[in-house]
Amino acid sequence: MAISTTTALLYLNGVYVAFDGFKAINNLSMTIEPGEMRAIIGPNGAGKTTMMDIITGKTRPDAGDVFFDGGTVDLTLLDETRIAELGIGRKFQKPTVFESHTVEDNLLLALNVDHRVRGTLFWRESRGERESIERVLETIRLKDARHQFAGSLSHGQKQWLEIGMLLSQDPKLLLVDEPVAGMTDVETHQTADLLKEINKRKSVVVVEHDMTFVRALGVKVTCLHEGSVLAEGTIDEVSSNERVVEVYLGR
Amino acid sequence: MTHILIRSLDRSAVVFVAIIAAVAVLVPLLNLLVPPTSFFHVPTYLVALWGKYLCYALLALSIDLIWGYCGILSLGHGAFFALGGYAMGMYLMRQIGNRGVYGNPLLPDFMVFLNYKALPWYWHGFDMFWFAASMVFLVPGVLAFIFGWFAFRSRVTGVYLSIITQALTYALLLGFFRNDFGFGGNNGLTDFKDILGFNVQAQGTRAALFALSCIALMIGFLICRAIVTSKLGKILVAIRDAEPRTRFLGYRVESYKLFVFTVSACMAGVAGALYVPQVGIINPSEFAPGNSIEAVIWVAVGGRGTLTGAVLGAVLVNYAKTFFTSGALAPYWLFMLGALFVLVTLLLPRGIIGTLQHWWAPWRAQRIEASAQKAASRAPHPNPAE
Repeated sequence: MAISTTTALLYLNGVYVAFDGFKAINNLSMTIEPGEMRAIIGPNGAGKTTMMDIITGKTRPDAGDVFFDGGTVDLTLLDETRIAELGIGRKFQKPTVFESHTVEDNLLLALNVDHRVRGTLFWRESRGERESIERVLETIRLKDARHQFAGSLSHGQKQWLEIGMLLSQDPKLLLVDEPVAGMTDVETHQTADLLKEINKRKSVVVVEHDMTFVRALGVKVTCLHEGSVLAEGTIDEVSSNERVVEVYLGR
Repeated sequence: MTHILIRSLDRSAVVFVAIIAAVAVLVPLLNLLVPPTSFFHVPTYLVALWGKYLCYALLALSIDLIWGYCGILSLGHGAFFALGGYAMGMYLMRQIGNRGVYGNPLLPDFMVFLNYKALPWYWHGFDMFWFAASMVFLVPGVLAFIFGWFAFRSRVTGVYLSIITQALTYALLLGFFRNDFGFGGNNGLTDFKDILGFNVQAQGTRAALFALSCIALMIGFLICRAIVTSKLGKILVAIRDAEPRTRFLGYRVESYKLFVFTVSACMAGVAGALYVPQVGIINPSEFAPGNSIEAVIWVAVGGRGTLTGAVLGAVLVNYAKTFFTSGALAPYWLFMLGALFVLVTLLLPRGIIGTLQHWWAPWRAQRIEASAQKAASRAPHPNPAE
């Protein structure tokens, strides 16, 4: 069902969401091309997380279009599970890993395989699954921690594990909400490298406050404010934009 | 199938199954074959009493499966237990035949007393054991499925779910109290005579029911183990710990909850069905919300998310209940039970078995590490030139 003529991987047009009269998203339009990495910045309450909620089906927009995969899928009609199955993975702002499972099991659960009750009851690990878990463990540098409970990892390691879970999920589009919050400078740098590595094969949308990190990514930046796009361009263009400076430094 | 069995049976599970199997054989033997004068003789009243504890243990196991592993706190599981019990009770009533006080070959005594002219439609078929036995699973299972379908699809979780499960069991309590509901009103079903042609009061029947309760507990335990050690079990724990995360990974959380809730309700139904012939009565008080809460306390005391803990908790608390309610302390039992729950929550939040496992954990991790190293050293070393 071709609902739109766009070729974009993700296409948002004229989206509105209000919570009790407060317009969290106000005429938001944006497109993400296949293979692109995009950084989203904006002050608190700009609607960054709400935007992610809309894309992943947690929140339904009051109006507007949200299309995925070249306009073939209307995301506003689907729930979280369906959208995850279509290939949109999400990392939360607060790292949410399964604390009472081991690192390995966290990745295992994230694998994009049979998600039905019967399939998982009679499941046996296949060679392919083992190999992809090994690959991800390598990428996120947690090979030595594989048998540790996720709850015992450091904050930075949990962030990586969650990114690793996204990789296991093998989505087309990764939505990453504040991946370097609470990380050391070294970890921040490593995370930027990790995301650039991931972007070689997947499209990524990163929400982040940390300007050093956004600069390190070196990708197109969108600045949100009061639920709509304030400025878009390279980090230098956006950060020299007068309205962006005004919003960030107070009026 | 074998890989599921092997995976399910770790060392502690084997020990547990072995203990229950030994009890299943020894207690009936010591009751039937050892003369009453002997020190080793197990009196028949104890066989019935411990048989009752085993049924409670199966109920506790069914609660642990959903609460301990999936975070669904049902405060109405007594309803499924009682429904299984009523299904068995209806079979036992139909077996009385014309030996009732009124001697009516078709209608149970309470129906004659309440001027029923014919058997209500839902009593048909219960004269056949296979039919009643399948209803023991089906009635709680179907109710749990319908209830769960609505509740989980609407994403009712946490304390709200607990409250509506209480409402469920309370609604059934009120229904079954009514005389025109067709289940004997507040007197319930009693005066049972035969089960499969054997006298329910007979010593041999009681011993057999005890052994059957052990077997049911063992099968229930193995089913629970098979579930919690599968990938599905890991997903249940994932749902318990981070439900939205699980959803965003593409799992249909409500299907998982519905599956495990229904399995659990069927197990509770079987527990109730074995309970009724051993205590000789089923009445609406089994639906009392307090019973369901008490069952949750057993699990909390033994340690939720451990399965063996649920069994231990059920047996210990019920043994204590029998002990204290038969003495001068009887009026204070409920205070003691309440205090026990408060103390366990404050001082022993993992429960008995959970705490023991927590102490053992570092030692076990060492052992796993050591065996992993051994396996690694046995594997061929990669060529350093590669």
